[in-house]
Amino acid sequence: MSTEAPARVRPAGTSPSSRTETASRADAPPADVDGAAAHAPETAPPRANAPGPPLWLLLELTYRCPLHCVFCYNPTDFARTTTELSTDDWLRVLREARALGSVQLGVSGGEPLMREDVDVIVAEAHRLGFYTNLVTSGVGLNETRIRALKDAGLDHIQLSFQDSTREMNDFLSSTRTFELKSKVAALIKAHAYPMVLNVVLHRMNIDHAAEILDMAERMGADYVELANTQYYGWAWHNREQLMPSRAQVERAEEVTNAFRKRVGERIRVYFVVPDYFENRPKPCMNGLGSIFLTISPDGTALPCHAARMLPGMHFPNVRHSSVESIWRDSAAFNRFRGDSWMKEPCRSCPEKAKDFGGCRCQAYLMTGDPANADPVCAKSPHRHLVDAALERAERPHVEEKPVLIFRDARNSRTISGCNG
Amino acid sequence: MLQETSKPAIGQGFRLQWEPVQNAHVLLYPEGMVKLNGSAGEILKRCTGERTMAEIIEDLEKAFAAQGLAKDVNAFVAFAVERRWLELRQ
Repeated sequence: MSTEAPARVRPAGTSPSSRTETASRADAPPADVDGAAAHAPETAPPRANAPGPPLWLLLELTYRCPLHCVFCYNPTDFARTTTELSTDDWLRVLREARALGSVQLGVSGGEPLMREDVDVIVAEAHRLGFYTNLVTSGVGLNETRIRALKDAGLDHIQLSFQDSTREMNDFLSSTRTFELKSKVAALIKAHAYPMVLNVVLHRMNIDHAAEILDMAERMGADYVELANTQYYGWAWHNREQLMPSRAQVERAEEVTNAFRKRVGERIRVYFVVPDYFENRPKPCMNGLGSIFLTISPDGTALPCHAARMLPGMHFPNVRHSSVESIWRDSAAFNRFRGDSWMKEPCRSCPEKAKDFGGCRCQAYLMTGDPANADPVCAKSPHRHLVDAALERAERPHVEEKPVLIFRDARNSRTISGCNG
Repeated sequence: MLQETSKPAIGQGFRLQWEPVQNAHVLLYPEGMVKLNGSAGEILKRCTGERTMAEIIEDLEKAFAAQGLAKDVNAFVAFAVERRWLELRQ
């Protein structure tokens, strides 16, 4: 399935529903192409002192969100972040990043439309030559705002759904948003935007893959992303409940392939593979500090939107440093560039230039050390941890049904031990 | 069907632009980017929806003092249409 990925820069779906795609979606170099007509991607890993441009810039304008999705990739301690950059700060970030070569812009959150200045930010981005992508749950998008965004030069809207059924959509997001999202989908098409429909897949909705694809077709989606949950943030806390069985994943792949065969190039379907089921890791973010730059709501710059969890890292802030110095010179962005940080089995592995050792966040979450090989890799001495999780997913159903933890401020404070 | 009179244009939702930092033309689309090599860039920038294939080929042959480019250009345009990078107008 990975043949679909290379032509896209895969930052994160960052709408409430798609947050979990995070890392896996940044797994393809943007310079890559799916055809003979273009250059092959750079094959050498970037040298620590000479990073290429941050081609992908993701602005997480806010952590505020009306939805409470159980698989959100946002940090579970998001409630600690109480400040947001001003409009002027965001505009400066855009100018500085564009000068470095950023060209794809994700406007995300939280729900970006919780901020009133999205159209101002999009307008400046458009003027600077960014291709602008709004990643939204659809909540807050009405006729007036969609018109203002069109006037501002917005190029594309990625709309999240949680399922093809109202019941599951509303349950998973802990909101009544299915009807509203359906209306927003029609609005997006009425205003002639290309539309990516994004649905995060997991144990509770993966069996609806066929219905989800049919829904996408009815809505006139140009692209569909079936993003299997990646286990970070809230999804990590809810992993037991979200992990599908292997048979479920295989059925979903079959259904997806059949759909592709039927619709051809009319609708592109990206199936983000659940990496636990693979035996090699995803080339996460194409290596940290390689092509991807996230600015979180309070101005903290991250080499991946999930990276805030990494221990011992001091992530710089755009309030105090220029984007250029952050990208080129900061210790945090240089920490995992190149391969000198690698341990065995990565260090001597012939595939290290292909997958960059996988995902640093996953290595940290599962093994306690972000410099370890991603435990998804069959060569990792920690692979048994992944296998154990897969095994649990094969049980008829989780016997002692753990409780789903919804993404909201109260749970965030509880998880992060911050009760202030 | 690609014909001499077809007028290729950049597909809806795609944008072609020159990126100085990459020293290349790129094709941008929802959450993705294709970095084009020199010849692909030269072809796509001529696909404005106003010029026919015959005119584009003639212009390329003139610009690069070359002959017999039709086969390669046609093949690339067909490839690009298949990927929706280009759409054909009549």
